[in-house]
Amino acid sequence: MAKFTLPANSVVKTGLKYEAADGAKRVRNVVVYRYDPDTGENPRTDTYAIDLDKCGPMVLDALITIKNEVDAGLTFRRSCREGICGSCAMNIDGGNTLACTKAIDDIKGDIRVYPLPHMPVVKDLVPDLTNFYAQHASIEPWIKTSTATPPDRERLQSKEERGRLDGLYECIMCACCSTSCPSYWWNSDRYLGPATLLAAYRWVADSRDEATGERLDELEDPFKLYRCHTIMNCAQVCPKSLNPAKAIAELKKLLVLRRG
Amino acid sequence: MTGNYEIVHHTYDVVVMGAGGAGLRATFGMAEKGLSTACITKVFPTRSHTVAAQGGMSASLGNMGPDDWRWHMYDTVKGSDWLGDQDAIEYMCREAVPAVIELEHYGVPFSRTDDGRIYQRPFGGMTTNYGEGIAQRTCAAADRTGHAILHTLYQQALKHQAEFFIEYFAIDLIMEGGVCRGVIAWELATGALHVFRARTVVLASGGYGRAYFSCTSAHTCTGDGNAMVLRAGLPLQDMEFVQFHPTGIYGSGALITEGVRGEGGYLTNANGERFMERYAPNAKDLASRDVVSRAMTIEINEGRGVGAEKDHIHLHLEHLGPEVINERLPGISESARIFAGVDVTREPIPVLPTVHYNMGGIPTNYHGEVVTLRDGDPDSVVPGLMAIGEAACVSVHGANRLGSNSLLDIVVFGRAAALRCAEVLDTNASQPALPQDATEAIIERFDAIRYANGATPTAELRLRMQRAMQTHGAVFRTGELLQEGVEKLANIRKDFADVKVTDRSLIWNTDLVETLELENLIAQAVVTLSGAANRTESRGGHAREDYAERDDEKWMKHTLAWDEPGGKVRIGYRPVHMNTLTDDVETIPPKARVY
Repeated sequence: MAKFTLPANSVVKTGLKYEAADGAKRVRNVVVYRYDPDTGENPRTDTYAIDLDKCGPMVLDALITIKNEVDAGLTFRRSCREGICGSCAMNIDGGNTLACTKAIDDIKGDIRVYPLPHMPVVKDLVPDLTNFYAQHASIEPWIKTSTATPPDRERLQSKEERGRLDGLYECIMCACCSTSCPSYWWNSDRYLGPATLLAAYRWVADSRDEATGERLDELEDPFKLYRCHTIMNCAQVCPKSLNPAKAIAELKKLLVLRRG
Repeated sequence: MTGNYEIVHHTYDVVVMGAGGAGLRATFGMAEKGLSTACITKVFPTRSHTVAAQGGMSASLGNMGPDDWRWHMYDTVKGSDWLGDQDAIEYMCREAVPAVIELEHYGVPFSRTDDGRIYQRPFGGMTTNYGEGIAQRTCAAADRTGHAILHTLYQQALKHQAEFFIEYFAIDLIMEGGVCRGVIAWELATGALHVFRARTVVLASGGYGRAYFSCTSAHTCTGDGNAMVLRAGLPLQDMEFVQFHPTGIYGSGALITEGVRGEGGYLTNANGERFMERYAPNAKDLASRDVVSRAMTIEINEGRGVGAEKDHIHLHLEHLGPEVINERLPGISESARIFAGVDVTREPIPVLPTVHYNMGGIPTNYHGEVVTLRDGDPDSVVPGLMAIGEAACVSVHGANRLGSNSLLDIVVFGRAAALRCAEVLDTNASQPALPQDATEAIIERFDAIRYANGATPTAELRLRMQRAMQTHGAVFRTGELLQEGVEKLANIRKDFADVKVTDRSLIWNTDLVETLELENLIAQAVVTLSGAANRTESRGGHAREDYAERDDEKWMKHTLAWDEPGGKVRIGYRPVHMNTLTDDVETIPPKARVY
C-alpha cells in the first residue's frame, strides 16, 4: 500500500511550554501554532498555561493576554474584537471561526489554535490571503447597470427585494468558509470558493443590478462554480451564520433554469 | 543605525493613508479624476473601523416626513455646542443628500420604506424645524450601515482599479520647509520600507480611542496620522473633546447603536426609572450623546447604577418586539448575546458610557486641506497635506458629534478631498527629489524603536497610559484631576525610553507595530489632557466640575496643541468660523443648549 508522509519541512514539532504564574487557580493550556519566516525552521506548537481568572472570556482575549504578558512575539491579526471586521479568523478547537467571538468556556480541554487551513502561512497565525482577495475581485463585485440611474434620488427597491439581500450582504470576508472547504483546499487555484460565490450571488440577487446574464456566464465553468460538492462546511463554520452553500445552489439553479 | 533595510521608491500624484470610509472615498475619487493614487493601509480595507458603524448616516432626504438641510445644520451646530465651524457644517449638511444618493447608486443595501425609498430612523439630537420635533434623518442598512457602506466603497475602489498597499504601516511624513512631500511606510509581509513621493498626502487614519482603557474602538484605532502630524511640528486641534458613547456593553465595551433608542429603546437606573426624562425633558433618551453620557454617570455616581456593583445602566428594547428587532437591530442582538449573554427580546442590555469618537484631530478647512496658525493667519494652508474623516478636525463636530454625522463626514469630505486635488494639483510639474536627511531621520527613528532594549514591555506601558486616560480624561473632569493626569503622562512618556521590543524581525512584527502605535498614542494622550486642563469651561464632551458653564466670551475658540521637543505642549487658538458658506442660510448664534 502506498504510504504518504508530509514533506520534512512541514512537520509540526512540539515547541515550548510556558507555565502559568504561581497562584493561578483556573489554568487552561492554549496550544498555538508558531512559524517564524526568518529562521525558516519547521513550524511548532507552543503551549501557554494561562490563568482564566486574569483573562477575558474569548479566545482572542487569551491570545492578547499571552502576547501582553508572556510572549510579545506571538503574531496574529486582530482589530474590532466584536466580530465585524473579520481580521482574527483562525482555526480554533478544530473549526474555523473568529477568535474574538469564540468563548473559551465553549471549548473542552486544551485550546488549540492554528492558522486558517491550507493557506500559505506568513508567520504564526497570519495566513497569506492574497489569492482569496484576488478571487473576490475577479467576480467584479460591484453594482452594474445599463439603464440610467435617477439623477437626484435613490433607485427604488421594495422591502421584499431588499429582503433578498439578507443573509448575503453581511459577509465580513473573514475566509472561514472558503478555508474550511475540502474542495477549495484541493482546487483553490481554480475553484472560487464559498465566500467569493456568495459575493457573486449577492449581486445576482440584487434587484438593482442589471448584469445577471454576464455574471452567470462568467461563473458557468466546471471549476469556478461546479467544484462545490455541497459538503456544507461553509455554512457550518460561518461566524455570521450565513449560508454560502445555499447561495451557490441558487447560482446553479439559475444556470439550469436559463437553459430552458 | 543597527539594521539594513530594503528601500523601495514610488512616485504618485496623491497618497492616501487609511482605507476606511474616508480613505476609500478619497482614493477612488482621485482615481476617477485621473490622478495617480496610492492608498496605504495597515489593515485590509474592509477591516477598517468604519465597518463597525451601526446606526446610520444622516441626510435630510425627507423620506419619512418633512426635512431640510438647514434643520440638519442647526442640529449639528447645536450638537457641537457652537464650537463647530459653520461654513464646513453648511457644506456637509447640504452635500449629505447627494452623498447618500450617490452611495445608493453605488449599491449600498439600505433598508427600505414601504414605497421603496431609503429607510430613515430617529437619532440623538436630530430634530425638525430647529428643535421642535423629532426628525427621522438617519439612513440605515439595518444596524450594519458602516459595514454596508465600507464594503460598497471597497467595491467601487476595485471598480476604479485603485492601487492599494495593504498591510503597510505608515511611519512618518516626509516634510521639507513646511511642505509635505510624501510618506514612508513599512510593508509587513516582506519587511521592506517604501518611500512614497507625492504631490499631496491625505491622512485618513482615524481616531485614537485606544489611548483609553475601555473604548468601542478597534485595537487598530491608534491615530497614527495624528501623531505623524505632531512629529511634523504641526498642531492638533480640540483634542480635549472625546466622545463617550452612552451605550457600550458593560465589560467588553462593544458598541450598541444609538439606533436602539432611535427605534424606541430607553435607559433605566436601579429603581427602574427612565431617568433621561429628568435630564432632557423633550428629547429624553434621544438627547445628544454628551448629555446622555453625563446623565448616566451622575446616576451611577449617586448610587442608582444597576448590578451588584451598582456601576452600570440598563438599556431596554424588549418592548419593541421580535419583529422590529430582527428587521432593524439584528446585529446588536447578536453582540448582546455574545458579549453580555443577554437575549434582547427578554431582558435589558447592561451598558456604560464608553470612549467612542475623537472630535479633535488635524485642523483642516472644508476642502480637507490641513491648516495651521502661521504668522497670525489661523487658516494658513500646509502645502501637500490633507486630512479627512475622524483624523481631521474640519471642524464639523465641534465639542460634540451627533450620532450618524460621522458616516456622513467621511463620505462628504473624502469626496471633497478628491475634488480639491483634481482642481489644484498640477500633474505635469515634475516632483523634485526628496530631502535625504528627512527620510534618513525617519528610518533612524524606526530602527531605534525596532531595537529598543529597555526593561518595560510595550503592553505594560500601554496599560499605564490607558488607565491614566480612563481616570483623568473621563466624562467629568476637574483641574486637579487633569493636572495629575498630565504629570502621569509625562512620566509615561519618559518611560517610553525604557521600552522593550522583543521581536526584532521585519516580517509581520506586531510587537514593533504595537510599540510604534504606543508612541503615537502617548503623544495624543499628552495633548488631549493638556488641552483639557487648559480649557477652563464646560462645552460638549468636555465637562469640568470646577467650571460647569460654557464660557463663550473666553472659550468660543479652537484649541491648537503643538507637541514641542522635550515633551512640552504649546497651546494656541483659532477662531471658530461663525460665517456660513453661502447666503442660503444665516449664522446660527449661540444660545443655551437644552434638549
